[in-house]
Amino acid sequence: MNTLAQEMSDSNRILTIALFMVMVLVTIGITIQGGRTTRTATDFHSGGRGFSAWQNGFAVAGDYVSAASFLGIAGTIALYGYDGFLYSIGFLVAWLVALLLVAESLRNSGRFTVADALSYRMKQRPVRTAAAVSTLSVSIFYLLAQMVGTGALVTLLLGIKEGETFLGMDSGAAKVAGIVVTGLLMVAYVAFGGMKGTTWVQIFQACVKIGLAFVLAILVLAEYNFNLSTLLGDAAQASGQGAAFLEPGLRYGTEVAGDSLQTLWNKLDLISLGLALVLGTAGLPHVLIRFYTTPDGKTARKSVNWAIGLIGMFYLLTLVLGFGAAAMVGQEAIIAENPAGNSAAPQLSQVIGENLAGSTGGAIMLALIASAAFAAILSVVAGLIIACSSSLAHDLYNGVFKRGKASGHEEVIFAKFAAVGVGAIAVVIAVFAQDLNVAFLVALAFAVAASANLPTLLFSLFWKRFNTAGAVAGIYGGLISSIGLVIFSPTFSSTPTSLLGEGVDIAWFPLSNPGLVSIPLGLICAVVGTLMSSESNPTRFASMQVRALTGAGAEKASTH
Amino acid sequence: MATTPDSDGPAPPEVTDDQIAAMHDDPRFVELKRTLFRFTVPVLLAALAWYLVYVLLSAYARGVMGIVLFGNINLGLVLGLTQFVVTFWVTIAYSRFTARKFDQQSADLRDDIMNGGRR
Repeated sequence: MNTLAQEMSDSNRILTIALFMVMVLVTIGITIQGGRTTRTATDFHSGGRGFSAWQNGFAVAGDYVSAASFLGIAGTIALYGYDGFLYSIGFLVAWLVALLLVAESLRNSGRFTVADALSYRMKQRPVRTAAAVSTLSVSIFYLLAQMVGTGALVTLLLGIKEGETFLGMDSGAAKVAGIVVTGLLMVAYVAFGGMKGTTWVQIFQACVKIGLAFVLAILVLAEYNFNLSTLLGDAAQASGQGAAFLEPGLRYGTEVAGDSLQTLWNKLDLISLGLALVLGTAGLPHVLIRFYTTPDGKTARKSVNWAIGLIGMFYLLTLVLGFGAAAMVGQEAIIAENPAGNSAAPQLSQVIGENLAGSTGGAIMLALIASAAFAAILSVVAGLIIACSSSLAHDLYNGVFKRGKASGHEEVIFAKFAAVGVGAIAVVIAVFAQDLNVAFLVALAFAVAASANLPTLLFSLFWKRFNTAGAVAGIYGGLISSIGLVIFSPTFSSTPTSLLGEGVDIAWFPLSNPGLVSIPLGLICAVVGTLMSSESNPTRFASMQVRALTGAGAEKASTH
Repeated sequence: MATTPDSDGPAPPEVTDDQIAAMHDDPRFVELKRTLFRFTVPVLLAALAWYLVYVLLSAYARGVMGIVLFGNINLGLVLGLTQFVVTFWVTIAYSRFTARKFDQQSADLRDDIMNGGRR
């Protein structure tokens, strides 16, 4: 089996680059169109609240299905079989929390940011500050995880290997170029297009990535006469693991022979990951603020139906892509290309294309799937940037520093500069951090979202006694415990794959995923903080709950 | 919304926080809330419990998950696929529930607050 680089001639790369350029031009066009009708703060932060259920549902899917999902889960399934599937299940089931408890109520009781709903019946400044700090933490951790990977992904998608040059760039320069181009594009989407432009870009990119994943999965299944069992059998055989490939335990919760303590920690780590995945999604600010782009709570809720359909279908497709890559590409060829398995889906597309129409077919399929992955990077990163800029402008600048006195126009100007600032910082950090193992940042983002954001958001919506002290204690408690436990975990030091490498050992916390401890800690902090303060505002709670469930007094869509 | 920062756009409808809060003790609202939570809370807890069972089985009952049902399809895969089925089923069931027992009732209360609040 050939590797990508051997197959990837310059003309193939030019085809891939041409498709990337088409994608860039189309999305820039969409952005300019969206920016034209962006005038008010409501337009900028919430896209004028005019998006229908299907539109927001597609945008949510565009926002949520990252390159890590697209390439990472397919790769994990290709290398470890069943365990990759576990990941995608957590990512999907999590949406039920958003559907049943959060979407409609949040849309009805806030304006632009998560902090709006959280601080509704509290003292504004401390709660807004805390909510902004956790929003920025989650979004920036997630953003850095995406951006650091971007350079490597772009070179992978273009097939530029160490020691090779393309258009005068070696692989190092190409990685930096990939990060910088992605950074410029996402800042352009957000600063020029606001939420309207970003939403349409995400709708378009959701269609591209889910559509192409669908086509590729159908082609894979067609090779096996649509018999999933045969596909799985081939994958298991090709993996050399046999039936174990189709069972849990190769990647997560591994059993270490003769070390029952490590086995125990590994299994608890799996449960901890499972909890953070299922409870984190409904606390991710860049996903939550999408609900404000709909005209009312009912539409926000219906958009989750669309999102669940699309995201669920997508994760079913990754199952086929992952096992397909294991069967048709083979682990050796995948690992030779990328040890983490990120190249599994692109390599699979090439093999499928070659089976259909020779090397030209391979090049075309590869270019298409590479563009889909590129779309996944761009749309998620743009969603994260707009979440950061809204929170900086609306919560910190206007809410905290100006005490709500800044005009909508000033807020929008500030938000645009904030987008540029966050983008620039993310690019610089990503360029310098590209050789570090930052995979833990995604787990950390989900852990903070599950430990700091979700408990306080739910208490704020449903617990009458909840107050300022509880919200502040819950947010900081969840945030600090998640970050603290990760710093003292094996992902940060003590093993060869840790961020600091093997030489430093401050790891006394045995789990890589802090959720099992930090989620209960966040909850306890919120409850204890609440009970220690006598503040209580039953009228404000009553009005918030009536608003949340009936939509009375909720923010309306822009009329222009 | 007295406490959120002012901004542009149309002025919010002339209804005060107290008028909205007054609805909280209205029997119709109490009933709406009870109907909603009676659906969402048990359904969500059941779905999350089923997910947790699945994760626990993946961690501690690997022999069970490896039981082959037919061909190369084992119990772990089928239980994993049931997670998709449960998620889709809950989504559809919630849609039907809100259409039958929530949306109209909630909209009636909203109209009542927004139009009849001061009369």
